[in-house]
Amino acid sequence: MLGFRIYLLQRISAMIMAPLVLLHLGVMIVVIQGGLDSAEILSRTRGSLFWGGTYGLFVLAVSVHAAIGIRVVMFEWMSFQGIKLNLVSWLVFAVLLMMGARAVYAVVA
Amino acid sequence: MMIKPHRGQPLWIAFLLHRISGLGLAIFLPFHFYLLGLALEQSETMDGLLRWSDYPLVKFAEFGLVFLLAVHMFGGLRLLALEFLPWNDRQKTLAAAAVALSFLLALGFLMRAV
Amino acid sequence: MQEPTDSLEISVWRGDATGGGHIIYQVPRQPSQTILDVVTWIQREQDPQLAYRFSCRVGMCGSCAMMVNGIPRWTCRTHVQKVVQDNQLTIEPLRNLPVIKDLVCDMSEFFTKWKAAGGQFMPRKTRQDPVEPLLPDSPKRAAANAAIECINCAICYAACDVVTWNPGYLGPAALNRAWSLLNDERDSGQQARLEAIASDAGCHNCHSHANCTTYCPNELNPSASIAGLKRLAARAVFTGNL
Ligand code: HEM
Ligand code: SF4
Ligand code: SF4
Ligand code: FES
Repeated sequence: MLGFRIYLLQRISAMIMAPLVLLHLGVMIVVIQGGLDSAEILSRTRGSLFWGGTYGLFVLAVSVHAAIGIRVVMFEWMSFQGIKLNLVSWLVFAVLLMMGARAVYAVVA
Repeated sequence: MMIKPHRGQPLWIAFLLHRISGLGLAIFLPFHFYLLGLALEQSETMDGLLRWSDYPLVKFAEFGLVFLLAVHMFGGLRLLALEFLPWNDRQKTLAAAAVALSFLLALGFLMRAV
Repeated sequence: MQEPTDSLEISVWRGDATGGGHIIYQVPRQPSQTILDVVTWIQREQDPQLAYRFSCRVGMCGSCAMMVNGIPRWTCRTHVQKVVQDNQLTIEPLRNLPVIKDLVCDMSEFFTKWKAAGGQFMPRKTRQDPVEPLLPDSPKRAAANAAIECINCAICYAACDVVTWNPGYLGPAALNRAWSLLNDERDSGQQARLEAIASDAGCHNCHSHANCTTYCPNELNPSASIAGLKRLAARAVFTGNL
């Protein structure tokens, strides 16, 4: 089920993501013209502390946010409860965090 | 989960849209991360996958994706304002504005991409 | 306006906790006829076994709520003319509550949650103290007043999908009541109430889809009240009071 603190965590992570997503969408609209390739992406991000920090923060926030979001949907629509519900929530969190961290490392380092 | 009569009103639809877009994003995100992770050792594979975006159908799917992200974000901002700022009576207008804004943004993305 | 000679085709849910189904009745159309009039006519003229609830007939008591064409309504103040489609109507017991018989459902859990959310007024003073002055224009009193005219009809409760999906959820009526009392300066039970509305069954389960507000016959806004509770509880967490 959903404790009040979990609810607050989801809202705080949403507040963190909103400006980051806006920035990301803005940049994508600018750079999308003419298509994307890996060299172009990497020239922007490699070694950049700013993009590393921005994307890193996003990955952390989205892992928390989506894990709680899916937790609520699992509970309300699929009757997941107790250990099963906790397990799924942590799994979503861990998978997003790991894949996200790898992606950030790949484009920044 | 059927659409029953009591579920027809605009703010209920806004709730459903927010939930579906959130789920859609959560499903898409791992693929997105996987693609970027390829930059680590296989940038040819990554470019191969990125070249998919030359296809019109894929461009259209990207439009859908940007729309999902935008509509979840603007809709989410409406909810955050509803929950943490003084009450505003124009929730239906705000929800409609969130959808319209997202559509415009996604359309702008599509226009730049083609 | 329809001719009084027209006949209505009314599909009424009949049954009990073990199950049931719809039965069709032909009911004569009357001018200014309400849904409650229709149900009463069926019971008096066609089937005395039909169970339903009502009391005041003027929108005060909150006992006559039913699902009409899939939407929860106070039947004594709902005119047939407003909701009829092709001379047909479907009348069913309220959603989200166990049925006792036909159109009567068991309201126990609704009132249990009302109490669990801290719905009882806890006075700070006794009858020996002088009456406390209340400023009707103060923001807190205005907020309390805006939420106070609830008739306990459970229409919002029947309209709320979070109640359907999460049966533990306190629901819009109980939380709206708690919001009204949390804004009442004369009350002494605020900390316990705050803990109740921020418990696992509490306000943060609400997804703000405003079915409650859409269908509340008294035009209350439980959705806004619950948003107020979320702010109160969030502030309490950050100030170490929860
Ligand atoms: C960009 C900024 C974002 C904001 C402002 C935001 C806001 C919100 C809010 C306020 C909720 C709660 C809705 C409710 O309980 O009624 C929510 C739910 C959710 N969000 Fe986000 N979100 C954002 C990004 C994302 C992203 C990127 C994802 C995908 C990974 C996501 C996935 C979800 C999911 C799955 C839910 C649960 C849906 C539900 O309970 O109906 N969100 N979001
Ligand atoms: S706004 Fe909240 S309480 Fe009202 S119907 Fe929706 S979920 Fe239920
Ligand atoms: S809030 Fe409105 S709909 Fe809900 S019980 Fe009270 S009067 Fe009925
Ligand atoms: S009979 Fe009292 S409210 Fe309808």
